[in-house]
Amino acid sequence: MRPILLRGARVLDPANGRDEVADLLFAGGLVKAVGRGLGVPDGAEILDGTGLVAAPGLVDLHAHLREPGREDVETIATGARAAAAGGFTSVCAMPNTDPVTDNQAAVGFIVRQAGLAGFARVYPIGAVSVGQKGEQLAEFGELVAAGAVAVSDDGRAVATAHLMRTALEYARTFDIPVIDHCEDVTLSHGGAMHEGLTSTRLGLKGIPRSAEDVVVARDIALAELTGGHVHFAHVSTAGAVAMIREAKARGLRVSAEVTPHHFTLTDAACEGYETNAKMNPPLREAADVAALQAALADGTIDCIATDHAPHHYDAKEAEFDNAPFGVVGLETALALALTELVGPGVLTLPQLVERMSARPAAVAHLPGGSLRPGDPADVVVFAPSAEWTVDPSRFFSKSRNTPFGGRRLRGVVQWTIVGGRVVHAAGDRPDAPNRSAR
Amino acid sequence: MSGALGKDLLGLEHLSADQIRLILDTAEPFKEVSERAIKKVPALRGKTIVNLFFEASTRTRISFEFAEKRLSADTVNVAASGSSVVKGETLVDTARNLEAMRIDMVVMRHGSSGAAKFLADRIVSSVINAGDGKHEHPTQGLLDLLTIRDHRPIAGTKVCIVGDVLHSRVARSNIWGLLKLGAEVAVCGPQSLLPLGIEALGVRVFRRVEEAIAWADVINVLRLQLERMQTGYIPSVREYYRVFGVTMERLERAPRDLLIMHPGPMNRGVEIDSRVADGPHSVILNQVTNGVAVRMAVLYLLAGGNPELAEAAKGAPDR
Repeated sequence: MRPILLRGARVLDPANGRDEVADLLFAGGLVKAVGRGLGVPDGAEILDGTGLVAAPGLVDLHAHLREPGREDVETIATGARAAAAGGFTSVCAMPNTDPVTDNQAAVGFIVRQAGLAGFARVYPIGAVSVGQKGEQLAEFGELVAAGAVAVSDDGRAVATAHLMRTALEYARTFDIPVIDHCEDVTLSHGGAMHEGLTSTRLGLKGIPRSAEDVVVARDIALAELTGGHVHFAHVSTAGAVAMIREAKARGLRVSAEVTPHHFTLTDAACEGYETNAKMNPPLREAADVAALQAALADGTIDCIATDHAPHHYDAKEAEFDNAPFGVVGLETALALALTELVGPGVLTLPQLVERMSARPAAVAHLPGGSLRPGDPADVVVFAPSAEWTVDPSRFFSKSRNTPFGGRRLRGVVQWTIVGGRVVHAAGDRPDAPNRSAR
Repeated sequence: MSGALGKDLLGLEHLSADQIRLILDTAEPFKEVSERAIKKVPALRGKTIVNLFFEASTRTRISFEFAEKRLSADTVNVAASGSSVVKGETLVDTARNLEAMRIDMVVMRHGSSGAAKFLADRIVSSVINAGDGKHEHPTQGLLDLLTIRDHRPIAGTKVCIVGDVLHSRVARSNIWGLLKLGAEVAVCGPQSLLPLGIEALGVRVFRRVEEAIAWADVINVLRLQLERMQTGYIPSVREYYRVFGVTMERLERAPRDLLIMHPGPMNRGVEIDSRVADGPHSVILNQVTNGVAVRMAVLYLLAGGNPELAEAAKGAPDR
């Protein structure tokens, strides 16, 4: 593998307080040097970073890569390739696969597939309960030994308060977060979108904010009881934000993520029974979007995660009630954040980089998020102001279910570098996916 | 074949007041056809219509079928049971197959809100929504408007919809139609059966049926689905009747005579007292009669019929 010298980019490394135009040298899979006027080692590939931002590779704590079970809509390889195209160098794979990732063999399979694919790093998340059935705890020790970095029953909440309590207690031994999808199914049952005026007009059963809020409240009480680390997946309501803010002020070990669609869209996107705007938790209202953005700015919400959820075209081409929840997100997350958060001044560019790299890495104790010499050479290089139009037919993901098709966004990934190797370059096309891998 | 209403009739929310009035006005001459000895006019001769009912329906399906036959259309009825739907066919494929048979119109009843729009977006033929989930039932809304208009001007009339508004497509179509034609609209029922934020549509909310009766000129009583008890929305039928039933005792205390409506089928002794349903102020059977005329008007207009010629389109009465 040739060394790479990235010259003259704006190096944005918030974890180390760096924001300056400099050169970056990668060799042996690691960051070798950062500084101005670095010499060119023998045989090095030179990348011209003029006008570009070089930042720690993005880290996604929440993606559904669908393998094993639904390889027709995504595989670990295509998901990891889509991640690379979106500037992500690490992506965490949720365990609601078929079969469920609830044992060491299943975790090992994901690690192996990701290694073979060789794009973004893939970190498995194990199930909290066997089969995600909400009854018996999965073997966290074996999951972690095989490579799991967190546990979650995502797709649903950890079923009972007692199970959540024991999961938080047991997870302390391994120092992993318990990631909870907060949804009281007795309140959300049969719901297809946010409960509000739009659901009333469309005649769709609503999912009230309280379906999320009551479980967030439960988990905060249990974090206090156990001292365990709860990470709140895809926060969608102003009420949840207020409770998390208060819990953090009390020093509890809670962290939280928000998805690009939740800080960008409202339930109005469901008008016309648009199934690509059907997700769980549902798109809420303008006041919730404002609260989520403010929470990202003040640090109440730690990070941005995609909840990348591929679905087959046929599945979304259905009556709204019958369409599945979820949208793909790996390839639009950075540009949505740059356009919707940095553009209007909700976050500064360094804050955004931190909330998409160092902070999520810290939540799950992952390597990455830092560009000090000796760190893994996981880097995203992007043009922060370059405009493009979202064209789902050009996604590297196998699936196209996005509500952002045709949207004009700012921010183009120029290169994604994982372990010192360029795994994505601007202009790569899905029909020739390995061109940039060298 | 798009006329004054456009290609489809999916709901009343997106129709203008003028379009709604046009349908009601067009229905007037068609009322008379059903009074003839030979109840048939040639207005839709050669048109092919499929009645696609994914949910059980007696009144609406028969009403559409009479409307179509009295206009001389060729009709086919498809019920969900015994059709390809139970064999797992998707709505997209059902739509494409219908399209391939070169039909002119589809009348569809479906359990999912938005299903009518879904179909209309994917086929060239006209789609008439005969009820989609909890969304709209526009021809029911129209026949309710026509029935009120037979008795009093709609503008300024106070109409209260009583019952399970949350799950009711009839309520939504009524609310849109009445508001557009200048009526005052209220809803009344247990809060667990009223949709969140309904006031924002411009609707009053009464929590007690006595207050609704004291306020209203017209009471439109919704059917209470008995399954609402099992799902925990109300405690029991007995209690519902006791607290929200439209009874003779309650009506006798009203300051004025009320028009009593019900979209059917009725649960006598649950949401409505038999003496009220069969009483002098009930127009429940007039609603059914008007249903045929309104559906004839909708079919005629969607087929591109000229509203001014509706009278002439009927042909000479057969005596």
